[in-house]
Amino acid sequence: MEAPLALLVGCFFAASVYLLMSDSLIRIILGVAVLSNAINLLIFVAGRIVKEVPPIIPEGAQVPPIDTANPLPQALVLTAIVISFSFFAFLLVLIFRTYQALGTDRTDEMHVAEPKGGPVPPRGY
Amino acid sequence: MAGTAEAVDLAAAMITAPVAAADALVIAPTLITVLFGAVLLLFRKRAVLQFPIGIFALALLVVACAGILARVLTAGPIAMAMGSWLPPFGINFTADVLGASFAFFASLVALTVGVFATRDIDGLGRRYGFFPFLLLMMTGICNAFLTGDIFNLYVWFEVMLIASFGLMVLGNGKAQLDGAVRYALLNLLAAGFFLIATGYLYGALGTLNMADIALRLREPTGDLPMKTIAMLYILGFGMKAAAFPLAFWLPASYHTPSPAAGAIFAGLLTKVGAYALMRTMIMLMPAEHQVYADMLSWLAIGTILLGSFGAMAESDLRRMLGYIVISGIGIIFAGIALGSQGGLSGAILYAIHSMLVMTALYFAAGIAAHLGGSQELRHLGGLYGASPLLAGLMLALVFSAAALPPFSGFWAKVVVVQAALADQRWLLAGVVLSASAFTALAAGRAFAHAFWRGGPLGTPDGAEKAVPGELSPFDQRVLYGPIIALAGLTLVIGLYPAPFLRLAEAGAAGLLDPTPYFNAVFGGAP
Repeated sequence: MEAPLALLVGCFFAASVYLLMSDSLIRIILGVAVLSNAINLLIFVAGRIVKEVPPIIPEGAQVPPIDTANPLPQALVLTAIVISFSFFAFLLVLIFRTYQALGTDRTDEMHVAEPKGGPVPPRGY
Repeated sequence: MAGTAEAVDLAAAMITAPVAAADALVIAPTLITVLFGAVLLLFRKRAVLQFPIGIFALALLVVACAGILARVLTAGPIAMAMGSWLPPFGINFTADVLGASFAFFASLVALTVGVFATRDIDGLGRRYGFFPFLLLMMTGICNAFLTGDIFNLYVWFEVMLIASFGLMVLGNGKAQLDGAVRYALLNLLAAGFFLIATGYLYGALGTLNMADIALRLREPTGDLPMKTIAMLYILGFGMKAAAFPLAFWLPASYHTPSPAAGAIFAGLLTKVGAYALMRTMIMLMPAEHQVYADMLSWLAIGTILLGSFGAMAESDLRRMLGYIVISGIGIIFAGIALGSQGGLSGAILYAIHSMLVMTALYFAAGIAAHLGGSQELRHLGGLYGASPLLAGLMLALVFSAAALPPFSGFWAKVVVVQAALADQRWLLAGVVLSASAFTALAAGRAFAHAFWRGGPLGTPDGAEKAVPGELSPFDQRVLYGPIIALAGLTLVIGLYPAPFLRLAEAGAAGLLDPTPYFNAVFGGAP
């Protein structure tokens, strides 16, 4: 089961890198969203896909009687989802505000913080 | 079911002894910053309350971090497991000399930023949450230095990042938004690489506890892809620390926010990346560090040269300082690349020096820009006449950043160069030394233009033009106070370096031989 999922993770990474290299802010944040999902899936697969048995210990026993699913990658992915989702929300607002303020969503037209061909420092005194 | 509960042997899974009060100190930074951050959010409409509560919380943070450092120095590393789960299960906080000293100096810098912000950040900025953001960013920074769990380190990275985004866009200027887009996207990507590496590391070793990882990687690892994982960590942390060739987001964004926010970014954020690189490459993966030592050395050389030439080619005062931050990161990377006791001591001392000096330089540049009405070297001028005190402080800080005696950078650089020579890395030693000349050249020229020249470019020698901005006596006291404190500290370190050098050496020794760290986590029996 790991192999096809690993391939899927690879496809996600390829798609996100392609989107991240675009010069349109919208495509870039879509790339960020795909990237965070790729990473989440990667962590999930890295924790090994085992039986779909919930890690619950029956009453009276001290350890699970059979192999169960690994709960830790799920906890990690859950944390990562929360973080990446909140970042995605922030980025959406940031990019919308940037579009409003600068009038463009193309990265190669954004030259406020770094003026294009900015002045070289004065040579004389 | 009292019977079954008693039959379960809790000692096999949990720490049953209560936590010593002094060890619980390790979570005090979290408590203080989160609690007061929340209180300040509640009072966010009462701009007048933000300042006293914020300063009080930051002062408490300094006391807590000093307490942790004192405890670590006397009793060795301290560890506390959350929820009392036996390590390596559960998350644990572990403070060693390196983490505790970085957390202490970071909290000190944050306090000066808080004081500076009381005059620098207007009522609107305070209402939109400057102080809550500052405190929550300190949650992320301090805990990144104190955590003993690699996934938890990722979480603190993200806490630090989201709070820094808030500080970055506070004020809503066009340049700020433009800079924030670059800063946010590239730092998110860096954190993404960190998370990918952590995912693989968990897949390979099945553990996230740093002490446990370090112990397992000290045994033969077989065919585990540790080199790939180490490379991903270098990529992620190198990007966060603004190392060559991943540094271009820093000069694109650090000059845009308010002077107070820019100062704390320049002082602390890149050092968290450098700290994480030290922790992973030296303590967790010493074998992989050997493999990548040459590459790290080239990265250090590239970073120093990029910072040096960038600073010389820049005509905006604060952007020039951004490049000087980068060149300092190069010197820290040089120490990490060497990986020896001397190299790491130098890197740690330089990181502490850079925290103090870059923050103060950004403060000074902020005041200079306010007085001169511009950040551009062509338009600045006559500042010596406007404020001789600022000129003197700026000159001292420029000397310190260029690692000239009698300031703190000098000793850190001496140690790094000594270690490079001992390792016969002549080129690295030469480039580290050249950084002093380049920094002195770039920053000295900025000083000559902004302070010595009587007015904007073209003012004849001897002429003295009035500067457009001015500060009330109260503003001057509040704004100059933090700069004087930080410049005084760098002078003290420069004149009396022995205790600080010993601190850095103890930090480096703790990374190279983490047995006390392991003992603190596993209670003596790993």
